Amino acid sequence: MSEKFSTRMGDGERVWMEAAEIRADIKDGTADAAERAGIPELSKDEQDYMFEIIADPCRTVSVKQGAEVTATDDGCTMAFYAGQDSGGNGTPLSRMQAVLMYERACAACTTNIGHTDYSIKPVKAIINSEANDYYNISMVSTAPLFYGAQPNMGLYFQPDGPCPNAAELMPLGKIDEARKTQEDASNLLKEDILFVVRRLAEVGLEGFNLDTCASAGDADFLAVLQATEQLKKELPDLPLIVGTSGEFVLGMHGQVTYKGQQLAGMYGHDQARISEEAGADIFGLAVNTSTNESVQWNLARATTFLKATSQACSIPVHPNVGMGVCGIPMMETPPVDAVTRVSKTLVEIGGADGL
Amino acid sequence: MGMSISHIVASCMGGIRTSGDLVAWMQMTQNMRINEAKAYVAEKLKIDVIDLTNEDVMRNLREDLGIGTVVSVAGSPKGIRAKKKIAELLGIKIRSVDLFDSQYR
Repeated sequence: MSEKFSTRMGDGERVWMEAAEIRADIKDGTADAAERAGIPELSKDEQDYMFEIIADPCRTVSVKQGAEVTATDDGCTMAFYAGQDSGGNGTPLSRMQAVLMYERACAACTTNIGHTDYSIKPVKAIINSEANDYYNISMVSTAPLFYGAQPNMGLYFQPDGPCPNAAELMPLGKIDEARKTQEDASNLLKEDILFVVRRLAEVGLEGFNLDTCASAGDADFLAVLQATEQLKKELPDLPLIVGTSGEFVLGMHGQVTYKGQQLAGMYGHDQARISEEAGADIFGLAVNTSTNESVQWNLARATTFLKATSQACSIPVHPNVGMGVCGIPMMETPPVDAVTRVSKTLVEIGGADGL
Repeated sequence: MGMSISHIVASCMGGIRTSGDLVAWMQMTQNMRINEAKAYVAEKLKIDVIDLTNEDVMRNLREDLGIGTVVSVAGSPKGIRAKKKIAELLGIKIRSVDLFDSQYR
């Protein structure tokens, strides 16, 4: 009987698989990414090394000494005090205490604060409160302190926002109207990003993380790129992270372009290249995790996308490695064995500059 | 939080425990890729790249340079005072430090 190795499914369930099954998943995963995005598969040596990482008998694995990278985040400090719906521990800490705990107890390379909703639109109404908190925390924190928010263009559609809902117009065949309302929402979003970042910049903002971009599709991504370009003109010394929300940009509009390039359907390597063109300083790749496939299948896909992305741009690439992204299982408490295997693989094979 | 800590232990440089914050500043402000950023910081610190994550080297070096230590040393710079020294050490612009400086003029 063949030896079986412990691994995980994309929903975190433990499964025992034979070496041949694990190798087959790695081969299928990299082939899937390569075919979808028109990029090279992982080499045989890289696939072999990934098998070694997955099949390592130890519970946790790590990068080789000297291969460590930096860590940026999208509101990890919030996990100290937030509730279950944000994966939070619910400990009664202030935002300042959470940042200092993350910096000093967890030894994070950078820290971050954001609105509890973590979207741009709600920040606007309380911007002075956010600016005050940011300023106070930046005076006592030592590691770089980002402010982060998601563009989340969906909040600009009725009933949550002023624009007619594109998702309701499209099933009615009102395609032109659906496109027009997305363009209107995109313009409002861009103005809100500029409003929030400009105000925070007045209080010494060290960096802004535009997180989970393009979650509402190509018009959402357009707003981010236009805002990034404008901010770099006004505030050239302000570091900006552009992190996306999926391995390709959904064509909810289908026709919007940035600098003559269609945004719909862009995979990670093109997302990074165009984000760099707009002025991003760090790019955050997101690759969706399939819960029906194994961690090694998902990770082989993510690593294939990451390697191409890393080679397509000259700015640092920090793949997103939260729940359900870039090979991490989609669950509240991703198992440590899976997390560390994803971490090591993305750095050592994918060429991540950070996580 | 367990997921974040797992990543930090498995793959990350360790922030102010070692030199992860310094390398992150170079990535953020100068768009340096990881190896370039590490080489730059190591040169500024006058240490080998491998020692950037060596607590035995970085603990005392950070205190000597006044750039903040992960353990709390009474009277030693932390926060904005440490960041001012980091900006000077690395030769970079840190926006919060610029604001802090402007309040003295």
